[in-house]
Amino acid sequence: MIGPHLLSAADLTREDAVGVLDTTAELASVTDRSVKKLPTLRGRTVVNLFFEDSTRTRISFELAAKRLSADVINFAAKGSSVSKGESLKDTALTLEAMGADAVIIRHGASGAPYRLATAGWINGSVINAGDGTHEHPTQALLDAYTLRRHVRDADGIGADLEGVRVVIVGDILHSRVARSNVLLLRTLGAHVTVVAPPTLMPFGVETWPCEINYDIDDVLPKADAVMMLRVQAERMAGSYFPTELEYSRMYGLDSRRMDLMPSDAIVMHPGPMNRGVEISAEVADSPRAVVVEQVTNGVHVRMAVMYLLLGGAPSGTDSEGREG
Amino acid sequence: MVAARTVLDADDIRRAVRRMAHEIIESAKGVDDLLLLGIPTRGVHLARRIADEIADIEGAEVPCGALDITLYRDDLALREVRALEETDIPVEGVDGRIVVLIDDVLYSGRTIRAALDALADYGRPAAVRLAVLIDRGHRELPIRPDFVGKNLPTSQSEKVKVRFAETDGEEFVVIEQVSS
Repeated sequence: MIGPHLLSAADLTREDAVGVLDTTAELASVTDRSVKKLPTLRGRTVVNLFFEDSTRTRISFELAAKRLSADVINFAAKGSSVSKGESLKDTALTLEAMGADAVIIRHGASGAPYRLATAGWINGSVINAGDGTHEHPTQALLDAYTLRRHVRDADGIGADLEGVRVVIVGDILHSRVARSNVLLLRTLGAHVTVVAPPTLMPFGVETWPCEINYDIDDVLPKADAVMMLRVQAERMAGSYFPTELEYSRMYGLDSRRMDLMPSDAIVMHPGPMNRGVEISAEVADSPRAVVVEQVTNGVHVRMAVMYLLLGGAPSGTDSEGREG
Repeated sequence: MVAARTVLDADDIRRAVRRMAHEIIESAKGVDDLLLLGIPTRGVHLARRIADEIADIEGAEVPCGALDITLYRDDLALREVRALEETDIPVEGVDGRIVVLIDDVLYSGRTIRAALDALADYGRPAAVRLAVLIDRGHRELPIRPDFVGKNLPTSQSEKVKVRFAETDGEEFVVIEQVSS
C-alpha cells in the first residue's frame, strides 16, 4: 500500500493507484448512510496547513477527515504566526510539538511538501494539497476516480484506465492539476493530450508522458473526457495571451466544440470555473459536465488517502494479529 | 510442523447450512422481516448459501448482503493498513428488520463487536442475530451466537481453517495444530 506520505502523483504505481480508487469506491457508500461518519481515525489529529487561500480543497480535506472521526485543526497562513515571519521549519516543529499525526499542506512554493516530509521536522504523514506550479496529487486521484466511474462498468472496481483518451486544455504552464493528472493518468494507462497556446506550454513539456497539440478542435472528436483548466486572473497580467475573448474563442469549450466530442464523452473542471472564459455557461450546466460530481468524489478520494496513510500501524510494526 | 484434522467435509457443511437455515426461519417465525448480512469474505458466501436454502425451504427470497467491518476494527492502529472489502446493504435497509449477521468462524468476538457498531450506523434493526459455521470458543467479549453450524472446542494454539468452493476451490473445515 501507499505511504507514509503522498507528495506526488508519480509516487504511485498502477497497483497503488487502483487500490486508492477501489478504497474510494467503498468509502463513497458512507455518504448514502444515515450516519455519515466512521470511527476509523478516532483520536488522530490532522492539520490543514494552508499557506495559499483555497476554500474548496481545505473544506474537502476537512470534511474527509471529520467523516473518519479525526480531529482537524485548520492552520491558515493569513493572520497566523506565518504572517509574522515564522519559517516553515518553526511552523512544522510547533505542529509536531502539538502531536499532529498528519499535515496536509498547500504552499505557493513548489517542493514545500517534500521539504516538510523529508527534513525530519515532523514524524507524521505529509499530504500534498498543491505546491506552487508542481503537483496536486489528490486532485489527480479524484479526476481519475470520476473518469473511471464513467468509462468503466459497475464503478470499475479493480479497473485501470487503459486506452482511455483524455484531453487537458488550458494553462498547462502553471497548472499543478495538469502535471499531476498527466502523471497519474499515464500510470493508469490512459492516453493524455495537453492543449494550450504555445505561451502556456511549460518548458520541457515534450518530455512529459503525453501528446501535445495546439488545436483543440483537432483532438476533441476522439476524446473520452476533456478537462478544462481555469484561466487564473492573476496570469492575465503576464501577457500570456492578448485578450480573454481571444483565449475563449481559441481554447474555450462552448457547445459547438462539445458537439465535436463523442456523445458519451464527459467534461471535467477542477473548479472554480470562469464561466464564459474557458467554459461556456451552457457547457458548464449541461449533463455532460461532471464538475459537481468531482467535488463529491474529492471528499471520498481524500478519505481513502487518509485511511490508507493513517489507518494502520506505521509499516514494519505489524504485530501478529488474529481473526475473531 | 502442522498437523491437520478434518472437522467438516463438503456434505457436513451442506447439512449444517441447511439446518441453520431452518433454525433461522423458525426463530424469526417466517421470512418476512429477515435480512442476512455476511461478513467478508467467507461470511458473505455463507450468507448467500443460507439465503438459497431459505428460498428452497420457504419459496421466498430473503434480502442478503455484505457488511465489511474493517473500518470499525479495534486493532486498526496495531496492524498495517488493510484493503477494504465490499459492503452491500440490500435496498430494503436494516431499519425494523431482523438482521442475521453471518460469519464463518466465531473466536474472540471482536469482529462481531465491530459488526454491531457498523450496523448501528446503517439504521436500527428490530433485532440482531448471529449465525456462524464454527464456534471455536475463547471469547474476549460478551457475545454469543444464536445459530451454530458446529461447536468446536479448540486450544488457542490451534488454527481453524475454513475453505469454501467459491473462494478456495475446495470445501472443508480443518483444525490445525501449529507447534513451534
